[in-house]
Amino acid sequence: MKPEEIAARLTPLLERETGGPVQIANVRTMTGGATREAWSLDATISEAGQPRDLGLVLLIFRPGGQRAFSARDEFRLLAATRAAGAPVPKPMFVGEAELGRPFYVMERLSGETIGRRLVREERFAEARRVLPVQLAEALAAIHRVPLDGRSGSDPLTFLPRPEPGKSAVASELVRLEAMYRQIAVEPHPAFEIAFRWLAERQPTSSDVALVHGDFRIGNVMVGEEGLRAVLDWELAHAGDPFEDLGWLCVRSWRFGVDHLPMGGIARRAELFDAYARASGRAVDPEVVRFWEVYGNLRWGVFTLVQVRSFLEGLSSSVELASIGRRTAETEWELLNLIEGKGF
Amino acid sequence: MQDRPTIHELLRAVESFLRDDVVPATEGRRQFLARVAANAIGLVERELQGEAEHAAREWAGLDALLGAEPMPGGRDALAAAVRARNEALGARIRAGEYDAEPAALLAHVRATVRDKLLVTNRAYLEADGDLG
Repeated sequence: MKPEEIAARLTPLLERETGGPVQIANVRTMTGGATREAWSLDATISEAGQPRDLGLVLLIFRPGGQRAFSARDEFRLLAATRAAGAPVPKPMFVGEAELGRPFYVMERLSGETIGRRLVREERFAEARRVLPVQLAEALAAIHRVPLDGRSGSDPLTFLPRPEPGKSAVASELVRLEAMYRQIAVEPHPAFEIAFRWLAERQPTSSDVALVHGDFRIGNVMVGEEGLRAVLDWELAHAGDPFEDLGWLCVRSWRFGVDHLPMGGIARRAELFDAYARASGRAVDPEVVRFWEVYGNLRWGVFTLVQVRSFLEGLSSSVELASIGRRTAETEWELLNLIEGKGF
Repeated sequence: MQDRPTIHELLRAVESFLRDDVVPATEGRRQFLARVAANAIGLVERELQGEAEHAAREWAGLDALLGAEPMPGGRDALAAAVRARNEALGARIRAGEYDAEPAALLAHVRATVRDKLLVTNRAYLEADGDLG
């Protein structure tokens, strides 16, 4: 679709929703992923007779792509997490008929997402000081989101949830192992050890909450003053909230700053204390250790998933090929955690 | 026997072309991919250097856990045999055979993974004080 066509087709929707005249300008393509395309645009709306400028992002979902959620579901998810107090881009408009394909429009935010810069650069020193508490508070807010439509919000029935009769922990383990057995082209004894270790140590499940599923440095937008927004909701599901805490500490998201396990910016204890204060849930370090082992294993399995498209000839990318040689990093870290080193 | 340059000398030439010429002359995604490609060449070189020693160590470790077997010669036959033995090891792990005494298993798997990282990412081992 051409930029002017997008502007012309979206204007009536925005005029209807805002109840006044709307000007759309600067429609530019941002990214064209496999499952959706992202556009940046500026809109001038009328608010109480005064013009107001909005920076917006338009996400158009491609037909047939493999994705977790529909445009409408993702819109609902953002609205629900925002209502619970989590910093997420404000979802503004949702539709399908106007563009002939499902889409939604959200607030455009700016900030840094590249992990290597966030953990190292001097200008983010203040951000690194406040991020542990801010990330813990954001997680606590996400984990408070009602899943069942209490307090008038839409029930989030589209989320993957624990299998009937199974705990959240057991469901995640079964899913991950099934993915591994299906995708692995070679045996990985370290992963077999990790699956065995996890199966023998399943924590008694906590309550089932909204789990972000990919909450880490690299998927949050940060300014020099601190956290601006939590992004990348494609892996959200209903599950054990401590899964998010373990994932945040997975070694790959430390960007080389290994002595600070929480995303290369803080000690685990800082996260645990801040999360306990913000959520009211007591944090058992052994439960988070379970989820950190699970997280490193999950990332290890994801590297196998990514390299498959190279091995099967679907892509000749040197980047995808190289990811296959990163699996060993997750194996090493799994052995560290299982043998009690570094936790 | 091929003439000089050797495999290693050729790989070093390609790596330095990518790192010293292509990376500075590109930007953004192409520069990132050039860096990834240079790293891949360096990795291949280290793999060729350590290959025989690492394979022998993995085979000896598997011998200790699964019982001794003659090590096949030839790269393809060796790779197939190591793969079959690792599948057998995986089946034993799943059956819980090492639950009571995991130390020998962990030591073998750690040594094997360590050899992989010596080729792919030495910085990981350095960070853990594991390079001696």
